[in-house]
Amino acid sequence: MDAANYLYLSALLFTIGAVGVVVRRNAIVVFMCIELMLNAANLAFVTFSRINGDLNGQVVAFFTMVVAACEVVVGLAIIVTIYRSRRSASVDDASLLKR
Amino acid sequence: MTTSNSLVYLIALPLLGATILLLAGRRADKWGHLLGTLMSASSFGVGLYQLSQMLSRSNEARPVTQKLFEWISVGTFNVDAGLLLDQLSICFVLLITGVGTLIHIYSISYMSHDHDRRRFFAYLNLFIAAMLLLVLGNSYLNLYVGWEGVGLASYLLIGFWNQKPAYATASKKAFVMNRIGDMGLSFAIMIAFATIGTVSFEGIKEHAHHTSTGALTAIGIMLLVAATGKSAQFPLQAWLGDAMAGPTPVSALIHAATMVTAGVYLITRSNFIFDAAPTAQLLVVIVGAITLLFGALIGTAKDDIKKALAASTMSQIGYMILGAGLGPVGYAFAIMHLLTHGFFKAGMFLGAGSVMHGMNDEVNMRKYGALRKFMPITFVTFGLGYLAILGVPPFAGFYSKDMIIETAFNSGGTKGIILGVVTLLGAGITAFYMTRVMILTFTGKSRWDAEAHPHESPILMWLPMAILAVGSVSSGFLLSRGDALVNWLAPLFEHHGEHEELLAPIVVSGLALAMVAIGVAVAFLKYSRQEVAAVAPENVSVFTKIARQDLMQDSFNEAVFMRPGQLLTSALVKTDEHVIDGAVRGVAQLALGSGSVLRGVQSGFVRSYAALILIGAALLIAAIWVVI
Repeated sequence: MDAANYLYLSALLFTIGAVGVVVRRNAIVVFMCIELMLNAANLAFVTFSRINGDLNGQVVAFFTMVVAACEVVVGLAIIVTIYRSRRSASVDDASLLKR
Repeated sequence: MTTSNSLVYLIALPLLGATILLLAGRRADKWGHLLGTLMSASSFGVGLYQLSQMLSRSNEARPVTQKLFEWISVGTFNVDAGLLLDQLSICFVLLITGVGTLIHIYSISYMSHDHDRRRFFAYLNLFIAAMLLLVLGNSYLNLYVGWEGVGLASYLLIGFWNQKPAYATASKKAFVMNRIGDMGLSFAIMIAFATIGTVSFEGIKEHAHHTSTGALTAIGIMLLVAATGKSAQFPLQAWLGDAMAGPTPVSALIHAATMVTAGVYLITRSNFIFDAAPTAQLLVVIVGAITLLFGALIGTAKDDIKKALAASTMSQIGYMILGAGLGPVGYAFAIMHLLTHGFFKAGMFLGAGSVMHGMNDEVNMRKYGALRKFMPITFVTFGLGYLAILGVPPFAGFYSKDMIIETAFNSGGTKGIILGVVTLLGAGITAFYMTRVMILTFTGKSRWDAEAHPHESPILMWLPMAILAVGSVSSGFLLSRGDALVNWLAPLFEHHGEHEELLAPIVVSGLALAMVAIGVAVAFLKYSRQEVAAVAPENVSVFTKIARQDLMQDSFNEAVFMRPGQLLTSALVKTDEHVIDGAVRGVAQLALGSGSVLRGVQSGFVRSYAALILIGAALLIAAIWVVI
């Protein structure tokens, strides 16, 4: 199969994620969309690795996974804390710094 | 050149007195005046010792120097704090400490009711120290320190009763006008350093011969500016009348006998500069001639006894400056007049103080009259000073003033005739206003206020007056006997050939005495034959009105210097407010405005930030795409 198809899929997933981040209010959904974008990027890295025939892209993909895992830990903790104190997970409500 | 270690005591003793009295505070109130007088007297003692040492040496070995310490040493520019006592300085040293001590003694009694008497004596001692430094410094820079010191002491003493706002203003006026003159002196020092490379008297005297006339003229004019400020000469004369706000002993010591003559000292000391710069020398003569008439005219209209005497001081110093401007022949006569004037004017000021003492501090002569019977000693001592200033033989002024008039006539050409006539006219007007003072104060009917009880002053006051009166009688004769002072000072000045005589001395004396007689007669007719009004009449000629206002000197200064100065300041303030502050505020406004515009972007919504990042990233990629 043509490797370019994987890149098209990656671009599609990234676009879905980006649109999700911009349009959705629920923090959990926004968070999932961010994960989707990260994985779209991972898919692109792995594809390039295959196209070029070396392992650099795969190595970067592992790094991305580690970063994503850390991000999940910190991000979810923040979201849970905000939910506990404010009884809401809407990102638009969390604009206290501005006021 | 002889060196000595004891010169410094001349200055150190009164300076020590001032320091102790100022630091000890109220604790010294009981004995402060005694310490001050003692310090001044011991300085006089040191001066007498120095004179005796000087007399025992030959003419060339007479100047004495003492190096105190190395003051400034930068590259080739070296100034030592050094003292120089020569034939000229010793005259001043003895005048300052001698008359100074007498005035200290007088002040013990005069200021006895003032609870700040100790502070008064501290300032007097400070003045003596500064004035001695002025006449003993061996370079212009050392002289400058003393010059500023006497300015400070004068300021402190004029404003001694500064609880009265008018007196505080008078002291400020004196200080500011003196500062203008001081600037002249500092410019002179700078020019001397830039062109000659040294500021010591000795160094400049050595190099004066091969220095350009232009530079010497510039130095001379700047020195003249300095002299006009300190000596109340035209055009910086306006402060002296107001300086009479100070206690009368101060007027006698500082504003008659010593400080105001510092300008004459400066010009005489700088003889090597003025002799080589004829233009500057001519200006000196012109300033002297203008001031001697200016002061005399003011003197004719003043009802305040101290202000009349102040105007007279101004006029007499005009004579000295004129004499000093006449070159080598005139220096010695200027100094002689300075010394005799120191005696008779200080004596008359102390007499005026004695009159005020007996008349509840009344200064208006129209409220005196007939004091002759109540204050016989004051009358006699004042009268002797009066005869001396008139130049009646054989009193002091006859010798000193006539010599200046004679030298003026003999200075040659049209200049000589003009100067001679001016000095003769001055002598006539002097006779008029001094006779007026005598008649209004001591003779005629009494015009006192109801509560006045005139009485003779205590011995501590009349004794100094008596001693000064003896000086007024004898000093002229003693100083001119066998040309004593002229020969004494001769080694300091360069000699030129004898001038041809336009008028014989006897003719000049005759003319001067005739002028004096006319002046006295006019005053006698006007004030003794007619009743004197206790209140100054208002329906007087316009000339009298102008003279009463000090010949418009204050109005002139106000119109020419003060008003434009105020306009300039207010213009500067407006510029500061609108241009400079405006620019600063504009920058702040710009930052504030652009900030509030940019603030709209910071909505606080995470999603809008995400959208902006996304758009930004897209644009960046698009840009890279286009470029590549």
